[in-house]
Amino acid sequence: MNKVSLEMGSGGRLMQEFIKKNLLPKFRNPFLTQLHDAALLPKGYALTTDSYTVDPIFFPGGDIGTLCVNGTINDLVVSGARPEYLSLALIIEEGLEYNVLDRILLSIKKTAAKSQVQIVTGDTKVVPQGQADKIYINTAGLGCLVGKPQPQQIRPGDKLLVTGPVGEHGLAIMLSRNNFRMFSGIRSDCSPLLFLLPLWKKGALWMRDITRGGLATVLSELADKVHFPLLVEEEKIPFSRNLKGAVEILGIDPLYLACEGRALLVVREAGANKILNQLKKNPLSRQAAIIGEVQDRVGRKGEALLRAASGGLRLLEPLTSELLPRIC
Amino acid sequence: MPPKTKSREPFSAWRSSFTLKALLKAVAKETGALRRTIRIMEVCGTHTMTLHRSGLKPLLKEIGVSLISGPGCPVCITPDSYHEAIIDLITKEKNFLAATFGDMTRVPTRKGALQTIVPTFGSAIKIIYSPEETLALARKNPDKQVIFFGAGFETTIPSIAVVLQKAYSENLKNFSVLAALWLIPPAIRTILQSGEVAIDGFLYPGHVSAIIGEEAYRFVAEEYRIPGAIAGFEPADILLGILSVARQIRENNPTVSNEYQRVVRPEGNPQAMRLMAEMLEPFDAYWRGLGLIPKSGLRIKPEWAEYDAIKRFNLKLKAEKTLRTGCRCGEVLKGLIGPTDCPLFGTSCDPEHPRGPCMVSYEGACLIEYKYSSGAKKK
Amino acid sequence: MCLAVPGKVVSLNKDGIGKVDYMGTTVLANLTLLPEIKLGDWVIVHAGFAISRLDRKEARKTLRLFKELEKLNTPE
Repeated sequence: MNKVSLEMGSGGRLMQEFIKKNLLPKFRNPFLTQLHDAALLPKGYALTTDSYTVDPIFFPGGDIGTLCVNGTINDLVVSGARPEYLSLALIIEEGLEYNVLDRILLSIKKTAAKSQVQIVTGDTKVVPQGQADKIYINTAGLGCLVGKPQPQQIRPGDKLLVTGPVGEHGLAIMLSRNNFRMFSGIRSDCSPLLFLLPLWKKGALWMRDITRGGLATVLSELADKVHFPLLVEEEKIPFSRNLKGAVEILGIDPLYLACEGRALLVVREAGANKILNQLKKNPLSRQAAIIGEVQDRVGRKGEALLRAASGGLRLLEPLTSELLPRIC
Repeated sequence: MPPKTKSREPFSAWRSSFTLKALLKAVAKETGALRRTIRIMEVCGTHTMTLHRSGLKPLLKEIGVSLISGPGCPVCITPDSYHEAIIDLITKEKNFLAATFGDMTRVPTRKGALQTIVPTFGSAIKIIYSPEETLALARKNPDKQVIFFGAGFETTIPSIAVVLQKAYSENLKNFSVLAALWLIPPAIRTILQSGEVAIDGFLYPGHVSAIIGEEAYRFVAEEYRIPGAIAGFEPADILLGILSVARQIRENNPTVSNEYQRVVRPEGNPQAMRLMAEMLEPFDAYWRGLGLIPKSGLRIKPEWAEYDAIKRFNLKLKAEKTLRTGCRCGEVLKGLIGPTDCPLFGTSCDPEHPRGPCMVSYEGACLIEYKYSSGAKKK
Repeated sequence: MCLAVPGKVVSLNKDGIGKVDYMGTTVLANLTLLPEIKLGDWVIVHAGFAISRLDRKEARKTLRLFKELEKLNTPE
């Protein structure tokens, strides 16, 4: 292909190919090649960056402001770092109403304050009408390591845990972006995952925030990393009832819907129930659940398998292209 | 004993592992008595999807039921020329709004896919969930030409007919439909007539049947002596359908059994069929992969030509004789081969680089095999 | 080609559009293919159109069939 397609930015395999075949060879260094959510740097620092181009900029449960702070905070948390400082770069489309911009900035302020992160540097650009879609935001986050992800320690018996019902952000965006004439009351799950930080010292081996591509993509990526297959029980995955209804109407697989405030954890079997109970005490993770385990009885290395209610197994692949509603 | 949990979900019994295991046992009993593997063609892409997602397909294989995917995939059988016609309009003409269902936009053609082409200024593609949305698009954008690229089988065709009728009664001046409407019973007849596949039974599509009723499939049982069951889409519904087919085989009593009586009436939906007859007429349509099938398509009747995009914009829809090099989608659609039998599967043809529609459509047999089966190969 | 969900008709208006509730999500559905549908009926909705009425008596029959099959299955 000689032109960049929208598909390349969708977070699926095409993007992974781009990163591996195009970006990495040019910028090869030991920090980048880890391909963590954040780069783990010397002197105990972690650095991450993300750009936010969400449309619509205001949606049920959040806006581009809450997103650009929480998204970056969460990348640091799941990499073992306490988020401390953020940079904030704005690219604003000429003609954006001032009160809309203000609303977004207030949202950023509140969200950052809630997680005790400071915006310490930034940049503002304005581009002519039509060259950006209202506003694009980039945030980079700097944090201090409090724990260390140890994917190489993962072994059969280790449990897989999610911190709450999945897919709500993706569905909220999809419904507000389109005119499907459906009302589901679903709100984005956009929220900070700071409550996970203490778990780095309490037995968490690995974490990943479930974003674009959904739970299935994260499971598939984890399976690629560890040396054993994963087995997840479909009936144990938490979904909200309204979401279940909406995705069935649209024909979308909820395992591929994005979240913005949920994580997948790998923990040792021995401590799993304790961690689960602790999570359940927190209002942000009341519906946390153990959904499966790392094992070596079924499947092959690199496979993330889902056991359906029938008892049959299904392979989980990463998201390959944008989720679309279907009629078939 | 099954757990006595009260569920607020209408389908919990149809999905519970308890029910499914009991049904699988019942099927195993029938196939055990037959002492051979039976080959059942499921015609509907939604059945294909449920069979894979529910993990049932390999379990059924283990108990002697081999499932073959049939041609019930509108994305798979709509020829490239329809997409190319829309692509031409969108990239060459200003102010065209093309509206279509999700996975239609991903079909790769020589001119690209609807999803990746860049429309000319003022034109755009809109993905819709319901045909109703296309009318709203036309009303809200009086300065644009709205074309609804509507593809589907009998489940969807009545809705498209309603939309045509509404456009007429509202006297919409900027609305038309590129109709790609396909009928299931003629396709089944063509597959049986070719004699190329050994099929022991059919699983008929529950929602197509809700429109056309039971008698539409009678010829399969009477002329070809092949059993069939109309089945719904919950995992338990599919198993009930398979159970019925297995029993019909064992009793040597081919018929059309309705295992979806909560939705399918013997006479179908008369109002829907009346409306279809009013707005549409059958013609000999060309199916991608299957070729020309007599009276297998529906087109907009001449009196509604104003709303027929083909006539309105003088679209040239060429019948293609062959698929693109190496693509064996046609044979997959007929059930002659499985996806993994195609040499391109997993090598040069995969979801990011699809060579044909069977790898693009959500219910295309090849995409489903790739996504859900452990057998799928990675580099 | 058959993706559809069952839902309860919770509102009906004059031009044949109604609201159908499925598991807490409400979808606007065109009901003109089912001229005799009433408020409170259950329908099957495909692509924003109600295409068939759900017969709950038949659904209960199927549930009873499941229970029978499960009973046969239980001595294990």
